Amino acid sequence: MKVSELAKALDLKVITDKGFADREIKSCYVGDLLSWVMGRAGQDSVWITIMSNVNIVAVAALVDMACILLAEGVAIDEEVIKKADSQGIIILSTDKNSYEAAIAVHKAAAI
Amino acid sequence: MLKHYEISGTDFSAAGEASSNFKLILKQLGLPADIVRKVAISMYEAEINTVIHGGGGTCDAEISDKSIVISFNDNGPGIKDIDLAMKEGYSTATDTVRELGFGAGMGLPNMKKYADDLQIKTTPGKGTTVVLTINL
Ligand SMILES: Nc1ncnc2c1ncn2[C@@H]1O[C@H](COP(=O)(O)OP(=O)(O)OP(=O)(O)O)[C@@H](O)[C@H]1O
Ligand SMILES: [Mg+2]
Repeated sequence: MKVSELAKALDLKVITDKGFADREIKSCYVGDLLSWVMGRAGQDSVWITIMSNVNIVAVAALVDMACILLAEGVAIDEEVIKKADSQGIIILSTDKNSYEAAIAVHKAAAI
Repeated sequence: MLKHYEISGTDFSAAGEASSNFKLILKQLGLPADIVRKVAISMYEAEINTVIHGGGGTCDAEISDKSIVISFNDNGPGIKDIDLAMKEGYSTATDTVRELGFGAGMGLPNMKKYADDLQIKTTPGKGTTVVLTINL
């Protein structure tokens, strides 16, 4: 499944540039501790987290994730969005909690 | 090929920029994805430690035919007990940086897992040098 298809299927808010370069989703990882995520998440994954500070951008870029999915509708600073856009990182948002979001991703993307 | 980076000890929002920049270079050089991943993860962890524990420092990365060698230098507090620091879950991170998602105590274990070689030279009160080697 593509990121755009996931966003549509789950009615996710696209926080970063709406005209993003679409990419394929291969897996999903849930976590908020950056080093933990860094060492365990796979590339092309959807990363579900409640962390919304600027450091999530570097983690997503370095692991080559498909997108970040912010859970619980957490607030995010404009500075983080700008940095994500400059590095081509897609950030989506949902009001669901991480557990519900993970189930929804699983159902929609069959991963 | 040599790259030099200055690592700020105060600007947490810039943390990871050296690693992100170096990853781009490796991708542009057409290095295999698994090599790029090993470098990206281990280098990021070392860079973050230089920021949050070392108070900033320098990074020098060298790409040769056989390997990629990346060294981080700081003049921070040093590590008193390296065996303890290497344990998964051990962290002296402050509450402030924990709120940013750091402090899982997984950085050094990640470096050990993803780099082919990890060398740490540290003197309490003087500073720390971390050298990562990834074989090509
Ligand atoms: N450059 C350094 N200078 C001083 N102390 C360090 C340095 N690097 C690591 N340490 C010490 O080793 C501990 C473990 O480091 P490690 O990277 O594994 O975990 P962390 O940085 O605390 O958390 P995480 O990396 O998961 O965000 C640190 O908490 C710190 O006490
Ligand atoms: Mg660390």
